[in-house]
Amino acid sequence: MKKLNPLLIGLSAIMLGVSPWIINAAPYESTMGLVQKIFYFHFPSAILFLVAALICGVASAIFLFGKKASADGWAIAAAELGLVFGTLTLVTGPLWARKAWGVWWVWDPRLTSSLLLWMIFCAYLLLRKYGGPGSDKLGAGMALFGMANVPFIYVSVNVWRTLHPQTSVVPTLPTDMGIPLWFCFAAFTMLFMALLNLRARLEHQRARVEALYLAEDEA
Amino acid sequence: MRFYRAFLMLLALSAVVPCAMASAMQPPSQSEFLPVEDIPPGEQIPAFTMVGAAYGFVWVALLGYVWSIASRLQEVESEITALESRGK
Repeated sequence: MKKLNPLLIGLSAIMLGVSPWIINAAPYESTMGLVQKIFYFHFPSAILFLVAALICGVASAIFLFGKKASADGWAIAAAELGLVFGTLTLVTGPLWARKAWGVWWVWDPRLTSSLLLWMIFCAYLLLRKYGGPGSDKLGAGMALFGMANVPFIYVSVNVWRTLHPQTSVVPTLPTDMGIPLWFCFAAFTMLFMALLNLRARLEHQRARVEALYLAEDEA
Repeated sequence: MRFYRAFLMLLALSAVVPCAMASAMQPPSQSEFLPVEDIPPGEQIPAFTMVGAAYGFVWVALLGYVWSIASRLQEVESEITALESRGK
């Protein structure tokens, strides 16, 4: 796994480096024109934002109910990645919206619930950093609440009438728009996997440092 | 005295004439705001700016995060090495 991380990061860096040419070759969307090309980075960020919430929630459930301490490290790693990919989503989205809709933000269900999930990640990480003893269990509960938000975010555009495009735009994409999208998605996913693994390793090494200090105090 | 009067007249004229000319050139003040349906092309936000800002932000944020993880990991691993060598 240690050897896989540089490979994944290198491959995703090459793919992300090539992506502007592939995206440039993609056709313009009929109503939005050039600005729709933000979609090729916005969509992978948004999906991985939701995936991070799912991983954080599952790892927290394993930590809480399975009593596996190592799962907590994975939960923290996923939460931090959720915050990073959520920030990418919440910055690229308004830049797209300003041109396409004429406003930076609308309080519709998709945007509001995404912001709520991002705030849950912020709260989770602040709690884990400054919460003191017992914050691990409280944080795990918060992560489960964040995970419950994911299906709501996903279906919100299909259930309520919003300005945000529906989920059906992705499966119905024409091939010349689909290729750049899945190319970027693969690059983002590889980067996400490598970063998640590295961030979890950082958390496990921190636990090891604490154990070494405790052993030193006892000796 | 005559010269002084003429000088004052000239001074007053030099102050009034440009003011009168400027006020004649000024457009009438706006009494109401009217919305426009089609935004003139010069007023529209260029899409390239938005696309460039979005892609630039993603690149900078991801590179910054990779660097942040690498430096934190390096710090912790050097701490582990120091603690393990102290324990031996």
